Amino acid sequence: MTESFTIAPVIDVAQVTQDSRPSEREVVFDIHDLTVSYGRVTAISGVDLQIHRNVITAIIGPSGCGKSTFIRCLNRMNDLVPGARIEGQILYQGSDLYASGVDPVEIRRRIGMVFQKANPFPKSIYDNVAWGPRVLGMRKELDERVEKALRSAALWDEVKDRLKKNALSLSGGQQQRLCIARAIAVEPEVLLLDEPASALDPIATSAIEDLMHQLKREYTLVIVTHNMQQAARVADLTAFFSLEVDETRRSGVLVEYDATSKIFTNPSDKRTEDYVTGRFG
Amino acid sequence: MSAVPTTSPLQARRRLRGRLGDLSLHGLTLAAALACLVLVGAIAWKIVALAGPSFDRFGLGFVTARAWDPVKHVFGALPFIYGTAVSSLVALVIATPLAIAIGLYLSELAPRGVRGIVGSLVELLAAIPSVVLGLWGILVLGPFLAHHVEPWLHSTLGFIPLFGDPQQTGQGLFTAAVILTIMIVPIVASISRELFLGVPSDLEEGALALGATRWEMVRGVILPATRSGIAAAVILGLGRAVGEAIAVTQVIGGGTRIGWSLFPPADTLASKIASSYQGAGSGIETSSLLYLAAILLVLGLIANLIAQVIVRRFDPLRGTRE
Amino acid sequence: MSRYRRRRVMNRAMEVLATVAALVAVAALAVVVISVARRGAGAVSWDFFTKPQALFGQPGGGIANALVGTALLVLLATAMALPVGVLTAIYLTEFAPRRLAVPIQVVIDVLAGLPTIVIGIFVYALLVIGHTQSGYAGAFALAVIMLPLIARATQEVLLLVPGTLREASLALGVRRWRTVVGVILPSSVGGILTGTVLAVARAAGETAPLLFTSSIFANTVQTDVTKALPNIPVLIFTYSEQPDPALHQQAWAAALVLMAFVLVASLAAKALLARSRRKLAR
Repeated sequence: MTESFTIAPVIDVAQVTQDSRPSEREVVFDIHDLTVSYGRVTAISGVDLQIHRNVITAIIGPSGCGKSTFIRCLNRMNDLVPGARIEGQILYQGSDLYASGVDPVEIRRRIGMVFQKANPFPKSIYDNVAWGPRVLGMRKELDERVEKALRSAALWDEVKDRLKKNALSLSGGQQQRLCIARAIAVEPEVLLLDEPASALDPIATSAIEDLMHQLKREYTLVIVTHNMQQAARVADLTAFFSLEVDETRRSGVLVEYDATSKIFTNPSDKRTEDYVTGRFG
Repeated sequence: MSAVPTTSPLQARRRLRGRLGDLSLHGLTLAAALACLVLVGAIAWKIVALAGPSFDRFGLGFVTARAWDPVKHVFGALPFIYGTAVSSLVALVIATPLAIAIGLYLSELAPRGVRGIVGSLVELLAAIPSVVLGLWGILVLGPFLAHHVEPWLHSTLGFIPLFGDPQQTGQGLFTAAVILTIMIVPIVASISRELFLGVPSDLEEGALALGATRWEMVRGVILPATRSGIAAAVILGLGRAVGEAIAVTQVIGGGTRIGWSLFPPADTLASKIASSYQGAGSGIETSSLLYLAAILLVLGLIANLIAQVIVRRFDPLRGTRE
Repeated sequence: MSRYRRRRVMNRAMEVLATVAALVAVAALAVVVISVARRGAGAVSWDFFTKPQALFGQPGGGIANALVGTALLVLLATAMALPVGVLTAIYLTEFAPRRLAVPIQVVIDVLAGLPTIVIGIFVYALLVIGHTQSGYAGAFALAVIMLPLIARATQEVLLLVPGTLREASLALGVRRWRTVVGVILPSSVGGILTGTVLAVARAAGETAPLLFTSSIFANTVQTDVTKALPNIPVLIFTYSEQPDPALHQQAWAAALVLMAFVLVASLAAKALLARSRRKLAR
């Protein structure tokens, strides 16, 4: 397929305020009627959603509502799950992610991901960050690239004297920031974070949240979290997923998507209100 | 950061080279896996093909024919099937309770510090090369059995025809069975230990909380829960006993006698093949040896597949990623 | 109370029986090891390692030719089995669809369970009939025995590599083959190595595959793999069948050398394996 992109105007960070509406920003992901099933089990169905540039979008909802499934569709990580079937359409900057001929590997290079559990390679700190660029042919000025990525991940000062040490010697929070550095070292356009702080202590969590605000200037961020306070703290826009159960099947659906402040203070859907006020689950 | 190369299409430049890498690794590994398939196929085909002339001459009657006479060119497998069956079954009868008891000791009784050491020692027993065990069998164990154990068995249990007159040399079925026992005990014991350790501890605690003794818990919970696994382990041990050639050849003496007593010399399928390694007299003799190998192959396959079916019934995905 | 007593006595009896069974197994190992060591140690000397076998009926001589031959055979066999075994395991864990993975797994288990004498006679039929015995035929037979051992050990350790590492690499936009070569194999190299050492220990002691492929050999040091290579297991086997006590003495000494190698290699491999497992499980 052919695409003609317009380079988006650089959006001033100050413009992205808590009450920015979905329609006002350049759309990065345009998702239509997305349904994902594993074998006979439907994980999410009929999701329509737009994700905007240089904005942090949070995906919240009870466990089992398909948050992770959703985010893993955005860089085709679900391709790796045998039996996963994806229906509907996901346009990334106007082109269909799942069109034939699209290379999932290239997609994953451009859309980075950070996982729930920190998963550094059993290599040195330096090699963890440098490995991706090296393999992907970005060998020029590798040291600078590594330093820049570690600085962006707010880890440089803590590790600059022990870059050759094994990454597994870092603390949990540091490991997770290393994984973020590793992801941004290959210069992705989008960063997907799947519950990045769920295994971390409060101090490490707050470091990661600060980091996300920094990263927003350069990246589009999508974060899955089960922690509502975290979504309220970091996200500009929040999507609430819920698990719908009827006689024939159960699957995750998108209930409401709006500015974070609206979701948490004045949701328009009863189910959202029940969830954010803790009335069930 | 130059993070927005939005003009490059998703079908990027690096694709072809990268895809070639993926394809070649996939192809290479697939080729290796297929080579394993081909290898097993080739083994079966080659052996059956070379057994052909003997099969054409003697047919299935080979299996029940008693003569093995290279001079008259008359060959039959019955004495070797008898030797294989008797030596393996005797070994199994001794080894199974012993191995299960060792498995229980290692999983339930042994103190922490001892557990690892004894477990490793039992596994080391399995690592001793069979030719070394055979050497020990022919020069140490055989004479010992012939001079001490066999006379004693004969004098106390001689009314059972299994325990006939003792031998002078100690080469015979009984020695072979004892050697085979030593070989299969560690195999069955190691698997049993793993099985017993795999029984969920809440089941065990449940039984103990009812006031059961440790033995009652073993009999009532652990053994029933692992029954088929133990069966698979025993069948694997049987397969090993049936197929063992070297140590048995060294201690069994050789012969085509069929009788009740366990003590006289005999041959198994495997030992008959092994002891003919310096050449067979005629084409038909070689072909008949291959016929023996084919029988051995079929027996081995059956034992193996039965054990695998039992194991896979619990865990069909063993060894594959979910 | 007598019922209670009976139950306690039964329990105690069974505990004693199980303990005795374990002792019997350990005793068997001890008896074999001590017998071999006691009878073999006397003949182990410098000459024993450096001199080839004596001519038939002559006194003296060593096992130099058999040592060299066994080393060559096992080396060749490893060179054949290692790549195929590792690649097969990679296929099974990384690529194989269900319907192919199961039959291949079955075949590997079948291969591991085949009587070694059958493998020996297969290679005899394939490579020796119409030609002569040779080092490469013997090595091929040993390779067939090593192959499933290496494949299984590799598979086990590959399955231990956390799926999250695989995901992390793929999520960077790294190709699968690069992921395998750059992340998965380096993480599992320890396990593959120990699996290989165990397979080598097993192959070094195997006699049956060599009887038909590399058993009629010269009593000089031989490195030409197109000819039958002298080797330790066959040497022990043939000496043990001779009536000559001098040859028995040599057989014991060779058995001691072989057993020491096999036991030390097995122990070392198991210790290493435990270590690399712990590292992966972290």
